[in-house]
Amino acid sequence: MAPRTTGELTAAVRGLTRSFDDQRKVLDDLDLDIEPGEFIAMLGVSGTGKSTLLRALAGLDPDVTGELHVPGTVAVAFQEPRLLPWRRVLPNITLGLRVPDPEAVALQALAEVGLADKAAAWPLTLSGGEAQRASLARALVRDPDLLLLDEPFSALDALTRIAMHELVLTLWQRHRPAVLLVTHDVDEALQLADRILVLADGHIAASVPVEVSRPRDRDNPALIELRHQLLAELGVTKEGQS
Amino acid sequence: MPKTAQYTTFAPPQAPIASARPAPVKAGPAKAGPARRRRRRNHWWYRLISPIALVLIWQLVCSAGLISAQKLQAPSQVWRTAVSLVTHNSPAYGTLQDAMLVSLQRMAIGFSVGAAVAVVFALIAGLSRLGENAVDPPLQILRTLPLFGLIPLFIVWFGIGELPKIILIALGAAIPLYLNMFAGIRSVDAKLVEGAQTLGLSRTELLRHVILPGALPQTLVGLRQSLGVAWLALVVAEQVNANAGLGFLISQGTQFLNTNVIMVALVVYAILGLITDAIVRLLERRALTWRRGLLEN
Repeated sequence: MAPRTTGELTAAVRGLTRSFDDQRKVLDDLDLDIEPGEFIAMLGVSGTGKSTLLRALAGLDPDVTGELHVPGTVAVAFQEPRLLPWRRVLPNITLGLRVPDPEAVALQALAEVGLADKAAAWPLTLSGGEAQRASLARALVRDPDLLLLDEPFSALDALTRIAMHELVLTLWQRHRPAVLLVTHDVDEALQLADRILVLADGHIAASVPVEVSRPRDRDNPALIELRHQLLAELGVTKEGQS
Repeated sequence: MPKTAQYTTFAPPQAPIASARPAPVKAGPAKAGPARRRRRRNHWWYRLISPIALVLIWQLVCSAGLISAQKLQAPSQVWRTAVSLVTHNSPAYGTLQDAMLVSLQRMAIGFSVGAAVAVVFALIAGLSRLGENAVDPPLQILRTLPLFGLIPLFIVWFGIGELPKIILIALGAAIPLYLNMFAGIRSVDAKLVEGAQTLGLSRTELLRHVILPGALPQTLVGLRQSLGVAWLALVVAEQVNANAGLGFLISQGTQFLNTNVIMVALVVYAILGLITDAIVRLLERRALTWRRGLLEN
């Protein structure tokens, strides 16, 4: 499927700066282009402003300065699924959804993430993986041009995480939004992304393309090479000392 | 014994099990303890036993003549008085149902006014800093004033008619509801609000789908508290120069030294209070099913 916004960037960020009360600049003159349909993973040690950048792109941070141009629709899936516990799953998906027959669209999205039978369930009865899939469905049902994923798999167990990786890739290949995935996990980034960004000192310190075809084998020598490179960028040596 | 069982991993399994049964709890599986303790079935009517017993003792003590009939009569006598208050319209007391209706009406008006004011103020204070700064300090001051200490002032200001009674009930109802609803609105998970914002909800939608449902559990706690205070305020307010209602019944009973009438009025107060509490609890159970969802799993 062709990207929808051909010729135009999904997101264009120039000189983005965000300082907090203590004058510390979490984002410092950051530039970033996101191409339509591109899968980007963003790595960085804690406190480097990954989430700040993501919140800015989601339009949740009014206090950033610089240029931020995101013309299309944006959807977010957070680390915690953030489903409203007092609404059943289906009304959670349709929340704020302004399409002709929102319920049918939402049911279809739930079916895509394998949760069709949970439409009437209360969110608190879902497992962590199910809740995260519902959160993905809620983001996808908005048919976003840019899908922001803020460490959505970090609270899941290892096996569920692998299943979620595959699900995200399938959904991405089917709907082709641009994806910006914030993660701590180098291997997760290597599994999923077209391009891996390393955020350090408030700007993008490295942009590493991953030109290995999917599905990717963890032991692929090119990936191993990239892993070493990325870990070095992140300030982690081979021995695991920083 | 448990020690040896721990060390001898190759010992036949029956060794720790066969040896002295109660002792090796530590060595055996942890589940053994609670599993052995058989749970007694708990029927709801078990809770009725002690109150019924108390009434029976009251009846026996009075029948035996241990308490002077002027001070307290037997429950059977109180019941007879209740029946005659319902069936006969006496010049001294009127009827019980009329008195109850008057009191209920006072309560309904006072509580509605108080609750409405509380909800409006809680929204103003809960939804904006400016509103909080404007509304919260005076209400916090009002909260520290002793409610019933205001009665003399109310009599001076509003006379001895219905108005001071209604205001007292409204004030009593408003404070706990305001405090809890305000706290409830402020305690709504900011992450949920933020998540909902990314879904493109308008401000009214945010209020309807996220903030108000999020504040509901705490608000219902406040509602129960405020009903309790409002009933109390009604009872106190009705002691002040009432010429109708349950409070009037009580002061008439005092005049004529008729403890039975006082008893009947008190019991009616209690029953009305229980009924409103049950209504709120029913409301709670219906509105907060999503929480029980956790338990059902």
